Amino acid sequence: MAENTTITQSKETKDLLILLAQTQKKCGFLSEETLANLARTLDMSLSDVYGVATFYSFLSTKPLGRHVIRVCKSLPCHYKDAAVIIESLEKTLGIKTGETTPDGRFSLELTNCIGACDKAPAILINDDVHGDLTVDRIPQILQAYK
Amino acid sequence: MPEKRIVLRNCGVIDPRDMSSYLAHDGFKGLEKALSLTPEQVIEEVKTSGLRGRGGAGFPAGMKWELTRKSPGDEKYLICNADEGEVGTFKDRYILQNDPFSLVEAIAIAGYAIGAKKGFIYLRAEYHYLRPMLANAIDQARAKGFLSHMDIEIRMGAGAYVCGEESALMESIEGKRGEVRYRPPFPPTKGLFGKPTVINNVETLMNIPAIMLNGARWFNQIGTERSKGTKVFSVAGDVPRPGVYEMVLGSKLRELVQDLAGATDIKAIQIGGATGRLIPESMLDTPLAFENLLGAGAITVFNSHRDIIDIVYRTMEFLAEESCGKCVPCRQGTEVMVETLERFMHGEGEERDVKVLQELSSTMMLTSLCGLGQAAPNPVIDSLQYFKDAYESRIKARGEVKV
Ligand SMILES: Cc1cc2nc3c(=O)[nH]c(=O)nc-3n(C[C@H](O)[C@H](O)[C@H](O)COP(=O)(O)O)c2cc1C
Ligand code: SF4
Ligand code: FES
Repeated sequence: MAENTTITQSKETKDLLILLAQTQKKCGFLSEETLANLARTLDMSLSDVYGVATFYSFLSTKPLGRHVIRVCKSLPCHYKDAAVIIESLEKTLGIKTGETTPDGRFSLELTNCIGACDKAPAILINDDVHGDLTVDRIPQILQAYK
Repeated sequence: MPEKRIVLRNCGVIDPRDMSSYLAHDGFKGLEKALSLTPEQVIEEVKTSGLRGRGGAGFPAGMKWELTRKSPGDEKYLICNADEGEVGTFKDRYILQNDPFSLVEAIAIAGYAIGAKKGFIYLRAEYHYLRPMLANAIDQARAKGFLSHMDIEIRMGAGAYVCGEESALMESIEGKRGEVRYRPPFPPTKGLFGKPTVINNVETLMNIPAIMLNGARWFNQIGTERSKGTKVFSVAGDVPRPGVYEMVLGSKLRELVQDLAGATDIKAIQIGGATGRLIPESMLDTPLAFENLLGAGAITVFNSHRDIIDIVYRTMEFLAEESCGKCVPCRQGTEVMVETLERFMHGEGEERDVKVLQELSSTMMLTSLCGLGQAAPNPVIDSLQYFKDAYESRIKARGEVKV
């Protein structure tokens, strides 16, 4: 965990969100220890740092898998059978939404519109969009994420 | 006739990775023209064009620029709002994917006009995959010397719909929770880091190079009395041809959803996403303009199999999740609406629940701090007006069960 604080030299509170995002990318989530370190470096209260970390849905204070699958549940995707995609992902991964596979490979989450409604149903795996999704394509798509 | 490409003129025409193809299509000629004028003249041109904001509120762009230019201080900022979080919207994504150069050129023009040495593009986290190409466009423009008067930095969001709201967005760039600010002061006097700031939507800015190049008079002749130019729409839902379409302002909704997107079975249309309007098929001849119906351009079509209460319920659930929680009418109001609509979903709604929804709607519209809470009741109000039977049949069903 020591290397977390060396991610960037910045000591300015205005860079807090950037620092949190960088740390999340590097460590997969924002541990209590990380947040405490950041608070100390930036001379901020831990509760202020925690407040920012918990405001944004892409930041997580609990451990996540190496790959995060976010399934869009907003209306255009919902009516293109997003529920079927969710069910299939849960079955394939053997977890419920909000959970992480025991091997730490995938986390499964629901999200709001990801701006790919022309390709509904759509999901985001890390930064990649997979649209016009069908249940049969899921295993092949997941294979690419080790 | 109603389709016209101003904003999307280069989409599918140029190579979004290669600036030389943009330069071959009048690229940066608008900036060249702007730099030959004084900043005041550039602003005058934008004012004359009649260009209004495309991010939803429709505020005149030139007026915003002028207020910011005239605000005292040397340090000013330009922000391009690429947060695009509204449900059903993907037009800015399409623009960024196909023509990042025009956006960079537009920011350079706007920066010159208002006197900003620094510009930010606030890109939603969900669009992280667009970042490399956008950064590439900025790098190429910088290398060619087009950004000698200002620099542009991309800032990533981290997953929060409310950060599309301008004051929450500025809080976010400042590294804080994306909570809405009390206003006044407004951004042109006190914006990012307390400095005068212009914040414009991607599509608003995309009009600028063409306005510079072809002149305000040219632009001013397109559209209606109070809505000049074109609008880019994202059409999704129950249509065979979902996608992005650009139409002259004032075109009929029917032309968009039936002729272009190919919808045949239409029960309801949501215009402007979760905070937008929900209207019946009978209103298909409404012109798409600021004076009638518009919003940010999200059009979602629902066919006759869709349940209105389900649509409203899911929309409200989204708003409750995304409320920043700063003010009570929105934080609590959206929650109560979700609970009430849930009762209708389960056939437990009562006549007095309709009253609760109506009263709560007026309170939220009047007392919420920002557009999210003020517009959150829209789907409820519209569904009660145009689809009252959806509620009544549920109430009746309950009565029958009781008997
Ligand atoms: C809850 C909420 C979300 C918003 N989201 C966006 C958005 O994603 N993109 C956008 O350009 N404007 C959004 N807006 C509007 C902005 O506050 C602001 O009016 C706009 O960026 C100004 O640019 P314009 O004048 O060019 O339209 C949102 C407003 C509210 C109340
Ligand atoms: S209306 Fe909603 S989103 Fe806007 S400030 Fe109030 S709580 Fe936040
Ligand atoms: S609704 Fe799923 S991407 Fe927009």
